[in-house]
Amino acid sequence: MILSVRDLSVSFGDVRIVDGVSFGVARGRTLGVVGESGSGKSVTALSVLGLHRRATVAGSIELDGEELVGAPAERLRRLRGSAVSMIFQDPLSSLHPFFTVGEQIAEAYRLHRRTGRRVARERAVEMLAEVGIPEPRRRAGEHPHRFSGGMRQRVMIAMALACEPGVLIADEPTTALDVTVQAQILDLIARIQRDRGLAVVLITHDLGVVARMADDVLVMYGGRTVEHAPAREIFKRPLHPYTRALLDSVPGADPGRARLRAIAGAPPSLLAPPPGCRFHPRCPAALDVCATTRPPLAGEPHRVACHLEGADH
Amino acid sequence: MTSYLVRRALAVAGVLLVICAVTFVIFYVLPSDPAVQACGKTCTPERVAEVRAQMGLDRPLWEQFGGYVAGIFAGRPGCHVPCLGFSYQNALPVWDLLIDRLGASTSLAIGAALLWLVVGVTVGVVSALRRGSALDRTLMIATLTSASLPVYFVAMVLLLLVVRVTGLLPYPAYVPLTDDPAAWAGNLILPWVTLAALYAAMYARLTRAQMIETMAEPYIRTARAKGLHERTVVAKHGMRAAMTPVVTVFGMDLGGLLAGAMITETVYGLPGVGRLAYDGIVKSDQPVILGTTLLAAFFIVLANLLVDLVYAVIDPRVRYS
Amino acid sequence: MTATVVTASPPARLVRRRLLGGSAARFGLAVVTVLVLVALAAPLLTQVNGWPPDAFDPAAIDQELAGVPKGMLGGVSGEHWLGVEPVNGRDVFSRIVYGARVSLLVSTLATLVSVLLGTVFGLLAGYLGGWADAVISRTMDLLMSFPSLIFMIALISVMPDGDRMVLLVCVMGGFGWPYIGRIVRGQAISVKHREYVDAARVGGALNGVIVFREIMPNITAPILVYATLAVPANIGTEAALSFLGVGVRPPTASWGQMIQEAMLWYEVDPMYLLIPGTCLFLTVLAFTLLGDALRDAIDPKGAAQ
Repeated sequence: MILSVRDLSVSFGDVRIVDGVSFGVARGRTLGVVGESGSGKSVTALSVLGLHRRATVAGSIELDGEELVGAPAERLRRLRGSAVSMIFQDPLSSLHPFFTVGEQIAEAYRLHRRTGRRVARERAVEMLAEVGIPEPRRRAGEHPHRFSGGMRQRVMIAMALACEPGVLIADEPTTALDVTVQAQILDLIARIQRDRGLAVVLITHDLGVVARMADDVLVMYGGRTVEHAPAREIFKRPLHPYTRALLDSVPGADPGRARLRAIAGAPPSLLAPPPGCRFHPRCPAALDVCATTRPPLAGEPHRVACHLEGADH
Repeated sequence: MTSYLVRRALAVAGVLLVICAVTFVIFYVLPSDPAVQACGKTCTPERVAEVRAQMGLDRPLWEQFGGYVAGIFAGRPGCHVPCLGFSYQNALPVWDLLIDRLGASTSLAIGAALLWLVVGVTVGVVSALRRGSALDRTLMIATLTSASLPVYFVAMVLLLLVVRVTGLLPYPAYVPLTDDPAAWAGNLILPWVTLAALYAAMYARLTRAQMIETMAEPYIRTARAKGLHERTVVAKHGMRAAMTPVVTVFGMDLGGLLAGAMITETVYGLPGVGRLAYDGIVKSDQPVILGTTLLAAFFIVLANLLVDLVYAVIDPRVRYS
Repeated sequence: MTATVVTASPPARLVRRRLLGGSAARFGLAVVTVLVLVALAAPLLTQVNGWPPDAFDPAAIDQELAGVPKGMLGGVSGEHWLGVEPVNGRDVFSRIVYGARVSLLVSTLATLVSVLLGTVFGLLAGYLGGWADAVISRTMDLLMSFPSLIFMIALISVMPDGDRMVLLVCVMGGFGWPYIGRIVRGQAISVKHREYVDAARVGGALNGVIVFREIMPNITAPILVYATLAVPANIGTEAALSFLGVGVRPPTASWGQMIQEAMLWYEVDPMYLLIPGTCLFLTVLAFTLLGDALRDAIDPKGAAQ
């Protein structure tokens, strides 16, 4: 496991956004983190990079054997962009409008590798070529506005991988893109992952993306893990009612079931989360115990936090 | 690009011509007879008529205006290009008076501009980064106070405290930069501070707002995720975007002040264009009023043009569209 | 993470609560209220202190010292609450109180004039488009390129007769309207393109009806905010013009004029400078605080500004 997170909790003041989440990713593997917006998946990712300066982080985040929780801010800064990188949902607003893409890619390389301007510049061109941007030398001198949505996300990937990090965190990398472009970007990530033995944490609400990319899947709800299992297991035999509801809401290949089924009710409020299992107010099969007791995460390798399953194990 | 520049330059010329015409009509048509002003109080009606004919005031208005505009490009007897007419009171070409006074006005404007830019932007950035803190609140109260104080009141209070009560500085008396740089600066400190206080307050508020908005942008998060030092994130990525609108406003403000800060110059007795304009108004010296108005309008319009051009350089999004 | 959804125009109750929630806004409102009351009650107040604003009091000044007020702090006493003017001994309190009238009246009326002109021309430009828009927009650009202070002073000084108050209102309002005109024009264009106006047009409503029924409610909030912030700016301009000698004619009192007279006296009688200066400062500050609070209450997204 190059990245290993144990019992991670993130709070802003009294509000706990992430509550006791654990997972690990090995080199060359992909973990899909799935959940609705507000489930805490993005916050989890940003915590790994130490980017929540006002949040209280508890638990353990180990990167290549090094503990990151409680590490000095300067150490975290050095690791960001060199050992762990991140790409974001909207590549246009995530790229600085006033700097050329070449400058933006070279910037982190110069800093982390302590190279000169010329070397970093060459590296930027090389990276643009690697992510499949034609005429990389010319395009490196252009600003983000000259690029299409898919090309911008390629630039983001080039920027994130310039320093050859071991872990890439991709936060909804294809959500803002056209469907055809989505597939290209996913293929690109998969190819680079194969070439470099990269560990990828793929955060998404799109189960189609997960099915295509992930080796393991972590399903989050209201800041907690509800199900964590190998991808094949999850899709074949989803155990948690929430995971099942998510899978049902996907317009599948089955033409008779093309209609999207929405999950009834609204995501839980993090200011006043429901007691017991956080999903129980929306759960079609809730028991009395669900409203009072938090279900433990149990089972191996298919872990699920549900009182309904607890009886079987 | 060339056609754009030509179009803009023509627009500038057009605006100046219209301002010139409007000013000309208002001051030559409205009551207060320039001939009486030029001739003096003890003038016989015959002498006034003579003067009027001499000044061409008996000719139709459009002919007078045509003559004025022609004079700017071709000059007139005893008045070289660009001829903006003669001052009645000073018996000198208006252009010479303007050139003579421009030094004091630009000294005041540029010095104050540097001061307010540095102070205003620093306060704004600090306030934005410490948003909501006691320091932020204190600075914002200070800027509001500074922005609400009338310039002439500040000037007099400063004169009272710094010159009269403590005697830290002598009463300002303008010394040209080329004569004695130290005396030039020493005498301009109070006017600079006075003028800068108002603008620094406005720039601090603008910078703060821009900076708060920029630092919440996703590309700032990207810069942090790249592992850049926080000071690089703020100074390079944050400032680069936040300063763009500040540069625009700065160009306009400086343009508006280059041709004279009338109130500051009047209170401190600085021999600038603003003071010239004020004296011209008090003495009904129409050619001076017309000349100073035109010069001020010229600077404003020119600043507008420059700001647009600079904007295209600093914001690549404008360049491409 | 938890994005608060803000509706385009929050209900009046919410605005009122947000508006008066801050101590700065409450301070602004308190000062403005006192000021308006003082201005309204000016004749009453000068009856209480017994000194009409133009009454000379030779007993209060020291003739041998070239007309400096007798006593400490510019002649502050039970008789003259804020002291007296040098040379002729007019009561400063009475002149301040009457000066407040001039200041408020001129600045509010000038703001009204610019709001009126700006709204009408902005609506015409935005709604009609085409050549009407071109003419109005160019006029606004032109007015904003004018060196307005020089021009205002020159214009007022060449008008020998006429009521200075009316002149001030016209000139200040005449130069101020393009700023609001631009806002209204932009709003009118954006509102014009929204569907419900099309719906009204399909329904056979007349152009004028569309303009006033559909567009007006959408632009009242920005106009209101602009107007509240234009008042302190106009108070400053009126005082500056008075200071430069083209305000209301003496003996009518105005703050800017008092400060100008204080220019000769501030070294021996600083109170005569500080009193009108402080009044002017507090007034501008209070209106600005109120305007800022109003803008933040109506548009919380702009709160950072």
